[in-house]
Amino acid sequence: MSSETKQILTTDGIPLEVSLKKAEKKNKIKAFLLVAPLLFFLIITYVFPIGDMLFRSIDDKMVTQMLPKTFKAMENWDGQELPDEEVFAAFHEDFIKLVEDKREGKLSTQLNYTKNGFKSIIKKLRRASKKFEEGNYKEQIMSVHKRWADVEYWRAIQRRAPEFTGQKYLKGMDMYVNQEGKIVSVEEDRRIHRVLWLRTLEIAFFVTVFCFLMAYPIAHLLATLPMKYSNLLMICVLLPFWTSLLVRTASWMILLQQQGIVNDFFVGIGLVADDNRPEMMYNKTGSYVAMTQILLPFMVLPLYSVMKTISPSLMRAGKSLGGTPFVAFWKVYFPLTIPGIGAGCLLVFILAIGYYITPALVGGASGTLISNQIAFHMKSTLDWSFASAMGLMLLSGVLVIYWLYNKIVGIDNIKLG
Amino acid sequence: MSVNKEFVKFENVDKSYDGKVLVVKNLQLDIAEGEFITMLGPSGSGKTTCLMMLAGFETPTNGEIYLGGKAISSIPPHKRGIGMVFQNYALFPHMTVYENLAFPLRVRKIPKDEADKKIDKALSMVSLQGFASRMPGQLSGGQQQRVAVARSLVFDPQLVLMDEPLGALDKNLRESMQYEIKHIHESIGVTVVYVTHDQSEALTMSNRIAVFNDGKVQQLSSPDELYEKPVNSFVAEFIGENNTFTGEVSDISEKKCKVKLGNAEIMANPISVKSKGERTKVSLRPERALINPKDKMDNIHNGKIEEVIYHGDHTRVRINLLGNPEFILKIPNSSANLDIKLGNEIKIGWNSEDARALDPK
Repeated sequence: MSSETKQILTTDGIPLEVSLKKAEKKNKIKAFLLVAPLLFFLIITYVFPIGDMLFRSIDDKMVTQMLPKTFKAMENWDGQELPDEEVFAAFHEDFIKLVEDKREGKLSTQLNYTKNGFKSIIKKLRRASKKFEEGNYKEQIMSVHKRWADVEYWRAIQRRAPEFTGQKYLKGMDMYVNQEGKIVSVEEDRRIHRVLWLRTLEIAFFVTVFCFLMAYPIAHLLATLPMKYSNLLMICVLLPFWTSLLVRTASWMILLQQQGIVNDFFVGIGLVADDNRPEMMYNKTGSYVAMTQILLPFMVLPLYSVMKTISPSLMRAGKSLGGTPFVAFWKVYFPLTIPGIGAGCLLVFILAIGYYITPALVGGASGTLISNQIAFHMKSTLDWSFASAMGLMLLSGVLVIYWLYNKIVGIDNIKLG
Repeated sequence: MSVNKEFVKFENVDKSYDGKVLVVKNLQLDIAEGEFITMLGPSGSGKTTCLMMLAGFETPTNGEIYLGGKAISSIPPHKRGIGMVFQNYALFPHMTVYENLAFPLRVRKIPKDEADKKIDKALSMVSLQGFASRMPGQLSGGQQQRVAVARSLVFDPQLVLMDEPLGALDKNLRESMQYEIKHIHESIGVTVVYVTHDQSEALTMSNRIAVFNDGKVQQLSSPDELYEKPVNSFVAEFIGENNTFTGEVSDISEKKCKVKLGNAEIMANPISVKSKGERTKVSLRPERALINPKDKMDNIHNGKIEEVIYHGDHTRVRINLLGNPEFILKIPNSSANLDIKLGNEIKIGWNSEDARALDPK
């Protein structure tokens, strides 16, 4: 390092460091320009959508904007007793405006998300409000339906005051904020998401295990066979990879259905009775089989690339030193393949956890995953904020797994090729 | 105590990989206990295949190999108890030096304190004390090589195989490792079968050398005999430097023969020629030919100096002699300054005893 007292100068008197920076500046700009298209592409296609998703999942401005005066008036309300006239008057004012714009239906839908029973009383209120007289709105509104006189319903409205909410995330975990403002689980028979999360983890885990068990010998064979055979085998591994995912899934449907080829074969060899054909599709089995087959190359390739680098003389050394073939494999070969195993398992698990088309087609009711639920909310219920929340939960789950992997195995220990 | 002369015995061993070509042909080889034997030969000559058959990684197509009197073809490698040093060391990269050395002891279920003593001993043998906790990747090539040697010896095998172990080292290191391995062999008396294609390595280290070519042992003898008395022209040309004359035997007696080359005749020592009229290749070591011989020699001829190459301790001179433009002479740099200049005519002489008339090939 040059210090102030002893600075190295170039022949034309400029400090060496300065002229070095100058010389490298051009290259740095060039390098940046080369990566710039990718950088912008990533920002536009990855950072923005995820940011938008994050925002959408906590955005709850709709009700806030529908009832601005009500929420302003509610600021002074302690939430213990029924609110006073000021709040009712403000609510009436907001409500009349909504009725004029024909938006009171949306309000009822939104409030119904928070507490059941709003739909009917808002309908009644709309009809009654046409005959309302000026003043004393509290009495008039309360007389429309007894629920309007129930403090619980007013508390439910108040809960929608904040512009941002985490309740979609709670819903994703089958939890909600109850009347007392505590976070509790929904009733047992209505918990659908937890089951889905657990099933997603379970299927992803077992698919990873199956892929590993199948890919390890294949990769080993690929790495040790002579070139001409290994090329052929490699093509066999990659061929499904080059076929459309949909086509492959559809061909599994042909194979696995009750009157399908696999079942015919089982019946043919007398393994099962013709009138008792097992269901191998539209359940977990279908998801397992099809996902394992589709994700197999993602396990084979990293394993292969690692095994390729392991010198065959290591196994020989292990044997010549007195290790049985198993010991030589377990103590010498296997530990050296761990970077490939790590890469393959991480890849397959992360892909499996967010898998969509295959479980949607062959998974049936018991084989669908969380991503199918996300798609359902995107397409059918149009509850995009909920879909976004679940998407983000999935993303953070993946990040947690990545973090755990880094803690346990170490990310430097990964080798993708 | 009598030494087992047939500690390792190859009996009529053939090996073919594809069923068409024999890479090892009818090999007969006895290795005595405690011997350092080198299999030397060009690549593809079958020497490594022999080693692999001995280690158990290849099976002989025909014939049998005996180790200490027992046939071993059906014994798997891990039960043979043979130490092996591989070409690229084959150290386990995920284990420390200590764990590498402990591996053969652990699989033999040797108690830890005894194993530790053996490991210490093996490491001190290759002067690597204090390196036990290093990973192989942190060692230099020479150090890795020593670890590999120590690992092959740590479980006290009776036989150690070395497959071109010094091939990846630079020249100086290779030479010092040659002496080191030789000394280890001398101090513990283990039998070593060493494979190399480097003849100087073979000459330096071995008790006996088996020269392989074309799947066969061409000559099996001690280094000096191999150099001084090659039995055929392959060995003569493969080992050391060699001047050759090709010609026809024109006269033959018990100790001498006359070989006619084009328009000259030389006297030679008939080794593999029996009768008049046979084609032959006469082999003469460069250092056996003298310039301006004072003694009475039975071959004295004139040649023209074509090239002079300075080599520090000696000078190499290429001479056009008797129609052979590649005749090489080595002149020690001491001397008596002979008139060695390009284009000069000089007199060269040698004894017919040193000129070996071999097969024409």
